[in-house]
Amino acid sequence: MNFQQMILTLQEFWAKQNCILVQPYDTEKGAGTMNPMTFLRSLGPEPWKVAYVEPSRRPSDGRYGENPNRLYQHHQFQVIIKPSPDNIQELYLDSLKELGVDPLKHDIRFVEDNWENPSLGCAGLGWEVWLDGMEITQFTYFQQVGGIETNPVAVEITYGMERLASYIQEKENVFDLEWVEGISYGDVFHHPEVEHSKYTFEVSDVKMLFTLFNMYEQEANRAMSEHLVFPAYDYVLKCSHTFNLLDARGAISVTERTGYITRVRNLARQVAATYLEEREKLGFPLLKGGVEHA
Amino acid sequence: MPKDLLFEIGLEETPARFIRAAMDQLKERTVKWLDASGIQHGTAHAYATPRRLTVLVKDVAEKQEDVEEEVKGPSRKIALDENGNWSKAALGFARSQGVEPEQFTFRELGGVEYIYVTKNTKGVYTSDVLPEGLLGILTAMTFPKNMRWASYDFKFVRPIKWIAALFGSEVVPVSIAGVESGNVTKGHRFLGSEAVISEPADYLDTLRRQHVIADTEERQKLIVDQIEKLAAEKGWNIAVKDDLLEEVLFLVETPTVLVGTFDESFLNIPQEVLITSMREHQRYFPVLDSKGSLLPFFVTVRNGNSDSLDVISKGNEKVLRARLSDAKFFYEEDQKLAIKDALSKLETIVFHEELGTIGDKVRRIRRIADNLAAKLSVDSSVRETANRGAEICKFDLVTQMVYEFPELQGVMGQDYARKAGESEAAADVVFEHYQPRFAGDNVPASLAGSIVSIADKIDTIVGCFSIGIIPTGSQDPYGLRRQAQGIVQIVLEHKLDIQLSEIFALGIEAHEALRGLKRPASQISQDMNEFFGLRVKKILSDDLRYDIVDAVIAAGHDNVVSVVKRGNALAAAVNGQEDFKSTVDSFNRVSNLAAKAVSAEKVRSDLLNEASEQALYEAWQSASADYRQALEQNEAEQALHLLSGLKEPITAFFDSVMVMADDEQIRNNRLALLAAIDEDLKAFADFSKLVWA
Repeated sequence: MNFQQMILTLQEFWAKQNCILVQPYDTEKGAGTMNPMTFLRSLGPEPWKVAYVEPSRRPSDGRYGENPNRLYQHHQFQVIIKPSPDNIQELYLDSLKELGVDPLKHDIRFVEDNWENPSLGCAGLGWEVWLDGMEITQFTYFQQVGGIETNPVAVEITYGMERLASYIQEKENVFDLEWVEGISYGDVFHHPEVEHSKYTFEVSDVKMLFTLFNMYEQEANRAMSEHLVFPAYDYVLKCSHTFNLLDARGAISVTERTGYITRVRNLARQVAATYLEEREKLGFPLLKGGVEHA
Repeated sequence: MPKDLLFEIGLEETPARFIRAAMDQLKERTVKWLDASGIQHGTAHAYATPRRLTVLVKDVAEKQEDVEEEVKGPSRKIALDENGNWSKAALGFARSQGVEPEQFTFRELGGVEYIYVTKNTKGVYTSDVLPEGLLGILTAMTFPKNMRWASYDFKFVRPIKWIAALFGSEVVPVSIAGVESGNVTKGHRFLGSEAVISEPADYLDTLRRQHVIADTEERQKLIVDQIEKLAAEKGWNIAVKDDLLEEVLFLVETPTVLVGTFDESFLNIPQEVLITSMREHQRYFPVLDSKGSLLPFFVTVRNGNSDSLDVISKGNEKVLRARLSDAKFFYEEDQKLAIKDALSKLETIVFHEELGTIGDKVRRIRRIADNLAAKLSVDSSVRETANRGAEICKFDLVTQMVYEFPELQGVMGQDYARKAGESEAAADVVFEHYQPRFAGDNVPASLAGSIVSIADKIDTIVGCFSIGIIPTGSQDPYGLRRQAQGIVQIVLEHKLDIQLSEIFALGIEAHEALRGLKRPASQISQDMNEFFGLRVKKILSDDLRYDIVDAVIAAGHDNVVSVVKRGNALAAAVNGQEDFKSTVDSFNRVSNLAAKAVSAEKVRSDLLNEASEQALYEAWQSASADYRQALEQNEAEQALHLLSGLKEPITAFFDSVMVMADDEQIRNNRLALLAAIDEDLKAFADFSKLVWA
């Protein structure tokens, strides 16, 4: 199964579970969790089901396209369901079967992994899912998002697409994966991997990035003061990515690091709280017939 | 007729590290509840897999025991009115107890007559109280981490998926978080299916048919046997019985052992890296040959049967290959980093905001190590090694390998230092200065390593105490207790000729000279003295009775070699000498009276007029200098032997001399003699703390 078929299969599977299929969000981010479709929508009482592919940037993982496993940008397939359904593990395992992974022929395990994203004030409990010893999925019950206790609890499933594909296609090197017939992963992504790595580690303008960080932070605050949650959050994402670029460049000392993370987290907390206020003003429109129970 | 009770809580995969304690807890809570409810029962068994916690209790009585109890009511005076009729109070008591006044009897208590009534409470049926009981047990369960799920207002270790609750063949109704109990369990996630448990005694077999080995001992044996068989066949050496086995045990329901291999070229990476990668990251058992060298194989345990093991082992090999390729890359890259460049990077890593960078710490370690080496009068070559070792002891913290595998700090440094041309001895210091790293770990083998290890640890302790980070209760984020204990162990095992207070002073001096202290040195010193006292006490308590520990610690713990030797000598005497109690009694008589002595009074031999007091004075005079010397040289047995020699003259003295004589001069002189002897006794131990059966 090629990379594209895997995406289509997962989309179709989760669409059948009545998930909304949305497209990747158009601001740089380090993980699918940061997409407002997850970060904001997992807050509050409104039910929510969504699935999407998220290209995720981790500047410090850039390796000039020379490492078979590490990438500046990789792809996550993200599923969020709130409240978490009682049969969510079974649904997930069914999705693996759709991808051609027969549990009887493999060793599939749910190994404890408690997930935290300090810069967004998020914490959850769950597992990493192992397929014959390889971590292919993060499976998390959100307990806290943006510093706010979740109620009801959303479950997040994040498939690591490159890892899963390298297993399914039996490839050692990520760049050898088949995207569609005749086009490899490397054909599409090797060139940007090399350039982004070079830019991140050698070329980026540190002074400009620090200026941008401050400007984005100010703009996030300004938007928030107008109760404009979604625009404010876009600037929080930009702050986060700018921080990651500076961090990868080695421009932020260990002492300063905590300070920057705290600044991003404080913004994220405010956005989360304001989002809840605004949804409440609207009467939590997605509740429709009252609170939906699992 | 008694029936068996089964209570199985079905869960989504529960963290392996929590399961054993949770399984025991479920059993204990169930037994406790049965006992408290007056329900007789047989033995209880606990079972667990990643997906279930179970308790099975044999022969649980069908009814609670009947209870006969006597209740006391009002006094006769209040119970009867002036006409001898039952008063309102008496009738009220009868009503409240559900009895007729005719059943009252009178009995005297403390000179007053009271009404008594004997009540018989019939035990109710166990099946009537079980639903509430089991629910109570479940909701009372505690875990190190709990979670919420879906919309339920309830927390548990992981979501509850099903509950099987049977009393005999009857279902006990229990309902929680959307789950209703039944007589159905779930088998292995992939190999099994749902199955009805006809009665509790069938539980294990029912699950076995569904490919779940619920008994932890049986499952563990299956794993161990398979691995040992494999090891025997191939002539391998696999360390099975350790914490990894415990984790693996709670990751699988049906264990099948399989083998994988990796490319021999990876064996060029230090073994510790490969082993950490296999054990910590992949939960594989590393394979050694008979000489203890790593072989390019690993053993893992699949949660399933033996179908398509080749596919699984190929998958695991691929994962390990990727990890080891990373490790190899880091290993090669790290060796391109010069030690001096690594050291300059330490200046940017914060050790603690108030205590400076790791670079600052290294300068303090270097200074303490040099002073300590001087104090111990070690050879100049050891001092040089300690100094160079101290300078480079932290350089590996900036290597990529230690960034990926923090637990390999020191191990990588030793390897890289050797390769970079440092002396073998200085490279060893880089590894050794972290020792002892955990309870039961070795202390540094070399003297230079010991010096730097003490320097590193006392630097951290002084620094933390200086900014007010002093461990309390379970709060010890910097592991200061372990570090203090490490210092004591090193001093003990290397029999270093140094007092704890001298070590404190060296640490304080370095902080004062290089960065300054946030609290007065005297306070820090005093707090550390108390803190180390508790550590010494703990070390002594591992081998000695508490009263012996208290006795010798009362004579000071600053010299830890001495306190341990005194403890051992005292224990040998207490346990080995039949008449030692009478020796101690004689010592205690001395100490009791010595407390009355006028301080600073010297013994005057010309005032000793009785033969037995002259004899005691002479015995003490002839023993004291030797005794003090023996103590000085840590020959505690000899010292105690010399003290014990005073027993006879002390006894004779008390038999014939009236200490509290009328003549004040004579009295004070006798007290002064006892005080002088007491001072010698107290230098060994406070013998009055000994407890005799």
